[in-house]
Amino acid sequence: MKTVKALTGNDAVSYAMKQINPDVVAAYPITPQTSIVEKFSDYVANGEVDTEMILVESEHSAMSACVGSSAAGARTMTATSSQGLALMWEVVYIAAGLRLPIVMPIVNRALSAPINIHCDHSDVMGIRDSGWIHLFCENAQETYENTIQAIRIAEHPDVQLPVSVNLDGFIISHEVANVEIYDDKPVKDFVGAFRPRVSALNLRSPVTVGPLDLQDYYFEHRRQVADAMVKSLNVIKEINAEFNKKFGRLYKVIEGYRLEDADACIVGLGSTMGTLKDLVDNARKAGKKIGFLKITVFRPFPKEDIVSALKGLKAIAVLDRADSVNAMGGPLFGDIRCALYGASSAPVINYIYGLGGRELTEQDINKIIDDTLAAARTGKTVPEPAYIGVRE
Amino acid sequence: MATLKELSVKGKSALTCGHRMCAGCTAPIIIKMITLVSPTPVVVVCATGCLEVATTIFPYTAWVSPFVHNAFENAAATISGVETAYRALKKRGGLKEDIKFIAFGGDGGTYDIGLQALSGALERGHDFLYVCYTNEAYMNTGIQRSGATPRGAATTTCPAGCEIQGKSQQRKNLTEIAAAHEIPYVAQASPSHWQDLIKKSEKAFSIKGPKFMNVLEPCTLGWGFLPDQGIEVAKLAVETCFWPLYEIENGKYKLTYIPKEKKPVTEFLKTQRRFSHLFKEENKQIISQIQADVDKAWADLNAKRV
Repeated sequence: MKTVKALTGNDAVSYAMKQINPDVVAAYPITPQTSIVEKFSDYVANGEVDTEMILVESEHSAMSACVGSSAAGARTMTATSSQGLALMWEVVYIAAGLRLPIVMPIVNRALSAPINIHCDHSDVMGIRDSGWIHLFCENAQETYENTIQAIRIAEHPDVQLPVSVNLDGFIISHEVANVEIYDDKPVKDFVGAFRPRVSALNLRSPVTVGPLDLQDYYFEHRRQVADAMVKSLNVIKEINAEFNKKFGRLYKVIEGYRLEDADACIVGLGSTMGTLKDLVDNARKAGKKIGFLKITVFRPFPKEDIVSALKGLKAIAVLDRADSVNAMGGPLFGDIRCALYGASSAPVINYIYGLGGRELTEQDINKIIDDTLAAARTGKTVPEPAYIGVRE
Repeated sequence: MATLKELSVKGKSALTCGHRMCAGCTAPIIIKMITLVSPTPVVVVCATGCLEVATTIFPYTAWVSPFVHNAFENAAATISGVETAYRALKKRGGLKEDIKFIAFGGDGGTYDIGLQALSGALERGHDFLYVCYTNEAYMNTGIQRSGATPRGAATTTCPAGCEIQGKSQQRKNLTEIAAAHEIPYVAQASPSHWQDLIKKSEKAFSIKGPKFMNVLEPCTLGWGFLPDQGIEVAKLAVETCFWPLYEIENGKYKLTYIPKEKKPVTEFLKTQRRFSHLFKEENKQIISQIQADVDKAWADLNAKRV
């Protein structure tokens, strides 16, 4: 039932999309997302899917068409990166506010200016508070499996929110890796049929989608979005468990590594967490009691899971591949320190790294490990945020 | 050709009573006339604007047909999604009904901020009718200048002052821009000539592919005329050739109404407060320029007809 294929992260996403066979895909090309759309266009051209594609004239129209399509009751997907996501921004919020279960892989890339095509998380952090669920992938395997699970999460009756599946530009999107692919049928069975809550094509009970909502109702509708986000955490856990039962791989909203006896921990998102595995193992061989915590589900923020994973630790380093430019620290750092407030008095150090695709080297990570363990011993933090790997 | 009475009995308007458009607004008349003659049920997409905000104040709606509002500049992209979803679901056996898709946008949402999305949707060949109801300024936000505002008109962002006398530029010709996409059907219409508007709508509904109609929509507040004068003002726009009625079917131009006597443009201008400053002695040359604009556009149009 499993086949191993050599795929790039983008190919793995396209393969998941092929198996999902959505009703509609509306997309616009942008580096490094492009090969997702190209590969999927091949599937369409060769009749391997019968999806209707809308090759729009901009990302703004891509998300706008997705909103129209999803409101019409069609299972709808798109994909983008960086400036494309920035251009979509207005409609990204509308998709969430209208409770449309659109799924969008985001191939993470830096935002202009200066223009740069390489990885960081500035793009998705710009829609952090949009009401979308944000999943982060460590490698190509996870892009494949998160894309499949994202459909179920988005469409769950208790959720009805759009989902972004984040993969690091070039690092995951263009690296070829062995990916275990499941047969079409079990994937299709897992994904199931889309049963839209409302449809603008239902003539028997016509609905007005997107009405003007003033002081007397807007707040209640926003409250419902917030409530769906809260509920989505358990739904994600249930869907992860169901996926594990069917395919034998357990996704967790957060994943700790060698934390059981650790003094200190590094927290982060995305492909860096794969690199950390090796370097934490090396540090362990040298007797350094370090572990890491990978955040797979960034929104909803799994606060209680994170607190219970981190509360006994003596120092925590948070890696942010995006800068909030707020004279205080990166977005993940703010969330982690906030979550730990009252639960832990351990120093929390913020490292901002990897902007515009800057490599995070072995030396950088070893320094983070040593500094964090030093903070664990002394209880003293380093000035934050610490920019690592940059010429000061 | 049905009579109005027959139409109102036979047809089903997508917009019903109870909306909160201004007294004297000509937009609901246009929406009703167009949707009345659809041979099948319609699904409506609407850009942000007067029409959208005044017909859909939650928890009420004046739309008896399915209706989607997304944002200001993306009605054409949104209807692309709706229409594509329809084709996808029909192909997969989930839908049986025949549906016509109509997008409504004002001139702000069409001439200006929504032009790119409109161009993309026309080029992609979606099967839909886009109707621009042009009241020649951003009326929903309080009468600001748009790309559709005609020369000389005063708005709140191009007021008539001591130095500048309303808008200095000519409006853009959106109907010709739409026609440049070489889509099967483009038309310009006015609610004053309802039979013409209805015929064009019927024709648009009978054609597969993208269709575009630019319909003049006199605005009582923005243009400055009494609420019972809208249709008269629209009629003068046509009689003066300020707003010619024509269609372009598969590239062939046809004037669908030729005034017996082309009235001077002042007959139209003098009915509205937005042009009142032009009648000062020192602004005579602006009126001459407007007349020259109208004459040239009319001559160009006549040269294109087959």
